[in-house]
Amino acid sequence: MTYERAKDAEQEAGTVPTPFPRSQQPRTESSATRTSAYGAARPSGTLARNVSVRGLNAWYGDNHAVKNLNFEIEPNKATALIGPSGSGKSTVIRCINRMHEEIPGARADGEVLLDEVNVYDPKIDVVAIRRLVGMVFQKPNPFPTMSIFDNVAAGLRLTGTKGVGLRERVEKSLRAAGLWEEVKDRLKEPGISLSGGQQQRLCIARTIAIEPEVILMDEPASALDPLSTLRIEELVDELKARYTIVIVTHNMQQAARVADSTAFLLDGELIEHAPTEKMFTNPDDERTERYVTGKFG
Amino acid sequence: MTAMPVVSARRRRSDLVARGLLATAAIVALIPLVLVLFYLVKKGAGALSGTFFSSDPTGAFLGNQGGVKSAILGTIELVALATAIAVPLGVGVALYLTEYGRDKPFAKVVRYFVDVMTGVPSIVFGLFIYITLVLTGVSGTGFAGWKGSVALALLMLPVVTRASEVVLLLVPESLREAALALGAPRWRVVARVVLPTALPGIVTGTLLAVARAAGETAPLLFTSAIVNGTNFNLNERTNSLPIQIFNDITQPNNQLVERAWGAALTLVLMILLLTLVARLVSRRSRLT
Amino acid sequence: MEARSLELRGGRSLLERSPLSGIGDKILRWVLTALAAGILALIAFFFIRLYVEAKPAFDRFGIFGFTFDNNWDVSRQIFGALPLVVGTLITSAVALLIGVPVAVGTALYVTEFAPRPIRAVLSFTIELLAAFPSVVLGLWGVYVLIPKLKPAEQWFSDTFSFLPFVGGPVAGPNYFIGGLLLAIMLIPIVTAISREVISTVPAEHKEAALALGATRWEMIKMAVLPYSRAGITGAAMLGLGRAIGETIAVTLVIGNAPQIGKQLFDQGYTLAAVIANEFGEAASDPVHRAALIAAGLVLFVLTLAVNAIARLLVNRGVHGRRATKEAAPA
Repeated sequence: MTYERAKDAEQEAGTVPTPFPRSQQPRTESSATRTSAYGAARPSGTLARNVSVRGLNAWYGDNHAVKNLNFEIEPNKATALIGPSGSGKSTVIRCINRMHEEIPGARADGEVLLDEVNVYDPKIDVVAIRRLVGMVFQKPNPFPTMSIFDNVAAGLRLTGTKGVGLRERVEKSLRAAGLWEEVKDRLKEPGISLSGGQQQRLCIARTIAIEPEVILMDEPASALDPLSTLRIEELVDELKARYTIVIVTHNMQQAARVADSTAFLLDGELIEHAPTEKMFTNPDDERTERYVTGKFG
Repeated sequence: MTAMPVVSARRRRSDLVARGLLATAAIVALIPLVLVLFYLVKKGAGALSGTFFSSDPTGAFLGNQGGVKSAILGTIELVALATAIAVPLGVGVALYLTEYGRDKPFAKVVRYFVDVMTGVPSIVFGLFIYITLVLTGVSGTGFAGWKGSVALALLMLPVVTRASEVVLLLVPESLREAALALGAPRWRVVARVVLPTALPGIVTGTLLAVARAAGETAPLLFTSAIVNGTNFNLNERTNSLPIQIFNDITQPNNQLVERAWGAALTLVLMILLLTLVARLVSRRSRLT
Repeated sequence: MEARSLELRGGRSLLERSPLSGIGDKILRWVLTALAAGILALIAFFFIRLYVEAKPAFDRFGIFGFTFDNNWDVSRQIFGALPLVVGTLITSAVALLIGVPVAVGTALYVTEFAPRPIRAVLSFTIELLAAFPSVVLGLWGVYVLIPKLKPAEQWFSDTFSFLPFVGGPVAGPNYFIGGLLLAIMLIPIVTAISREVISTVPAEHKEAALALGATRWEMIKMAVLPYSRAGITGAAMLGLGRAIGETIAVTLVIGNAPQIGKQLFDQGYTLAAVIANEFGEAASDPVHRAALIAAGLVLFVLTLAVNAIARLLVNRGVHGRRATKEAAPA
């Protein structure tokens, strides 16, 4: 069964180069296959993808930051990456959407599979990957020169969405991010006029507007006050119903609250990956135990 | 089985076109550089000769026009005097701003006006000096070399001040405090600690100001004017390369035009040399 | 350092020094402050003197009459500077239209697209353009640009004669060549400042754009250009300030005709060029001289205004942005 991404307005069907012969069917927005903005004609009924990391290595210049990582991330679940500073957790997720290589001197190799698509396949367009894998950064970073509305619409405008369809999707995203009620009367105001917590939710709305399948979050609440943090965590809980979430956090209580499974990294290596409850109560590895009980890091 | 979103061909094309256009802009920016250098060498190299450098312009209507000796010497003299005026004043003002003025309102005003001075066209400086020194016949003469130097100094002053202020601010406060704590009076700290540390940066700024002043024509037009003979009396009209070139360009005499190209090549080489030395000095600075 | 047993322990102040060094400090402070004040006094003084000398011209023609009358007739001693002002504006406009896109494009290329190894070389080379003195560019303009461009200019003038200000016989020296030389002179300045402004765009905004699946150019449109808009405009205005005041290169290639040309390739005049050009003959004629000085004053005021606005924009572009983008407290 072919998956139809009927939402994106990329109409140049005949001329669009695709890496996979299977998906050469023209993408049309006929109402038969079109469902709500967040639904799709997919067997499992969700967007989320399975992420497999195989043999991932990453360097900053000569610094070998991620060493031969292998692990699986389940769809529709939140997976937390924990570990002390410098353990490579942020580097790992930046490899998933290939943002790592944007840093001068940085490189990576190995495989990161989104379902069966290898992100590092040279035939694949990096820009296309980043539409599938959204990212929320540690410090909220709405575009300073854009209004609240324009911020959320930014990614959608790239693919030509306009008019009523655009407004609908912006509203949907803001609702899904729990921000709609607070901003619905001031959509034209600058994105940076919001508080820190609201800005981060705006960034989340911006990310989910383009309907990615995986959402990466790099310590999304670490710059926020406790109340905002809680709201973000609630959001993660809601979002995982539709997306695969990978969240980096240095806060173990957060991991315990939010994640279904947790992976512990140390010095660029994956030490252990287990369901969260097991990780925090009965880890297999001794180093994991020392970390989660606060003996170091 | 799942599909991949792809980037539309239209977007890919825009990206490529944009890259192409921007790279073109960079190339276009370089074209004049190449062309000017090319013609300078092509038309000017032929004029350079022994006599070119060793004889003065004759100012004759016909026949031998002579070389540019007085122009080269004149430029050196005028710029040297201008530097001797501008550097102490410029560094002095910079010292005031960093050591005493800091954020006081008066210092802010001074800083603002120094900045303003960088935007004043050089011909306006020439006019200033013309009105205040030449018309009034100060020191008994109308046009005089030293008056041209003063005009050049006005031009150099803001450049030297700004460059010096930047470097002086880079001198770590801890260095000053250590010296002061040892009981040294402030003037000593400035003379023995701050200035020596900042020296390479100040030299760089000065050299760049010198390079700029050496090429200026407008301020000299009605201050030091033009003359043919070499003189070492800066209280009289003094020749200089830019003025000589300016004069020769519009003459309907091939020899003169060729001389102008040779002089232009010489001037550009002098300026390039100064700029390169300035860069080398700045590399050796511990601060920048 | 003198061998004084001056250990500073709690309470003992630096004021306890020998009187001699106290005087040294006072002198230094006084001298430097006087110097700084002197600079201010100097600028004020020159402004006043300029006005005094220019006054005869303003008295005769009125300030507005002088600046906006279209009649610069030396022989009849009538001095209305409009042709000069218009000429200054036209050449500056041409310079901006040609120079700013090239400069900003270069700045963008160097900061965002050029492969790392050639970045430094490229920016250094572009700055070398600034090493050419005005008179050298003027020389090159007269003997290389004017003859070589004339056929192309004539072709342009003929082909596009339906456009306003285009069409008719092409003069050798003309507004366009003047503007072109000015463009060459302003490229290094505008590129350097634009580069500085563009490189202060925080990486987080660029990353946000890339993470949404933007191509590099889209990222620049989304995150870099809006952020740098003020600073780049300021850079362009600094270039404009330079173009307005530029004398020698322009006077050599503009034709120095005291008229408002009908088309782009006509001869013209500028405020700066008139001063350089007519000073010789004005030395003995007080009215003419006053008129030239008045032109200088107008030029001065114009450049002051443009530069003041430019500096405001550049400062806001480079420093101000950081203040505005901080979030209100949660």
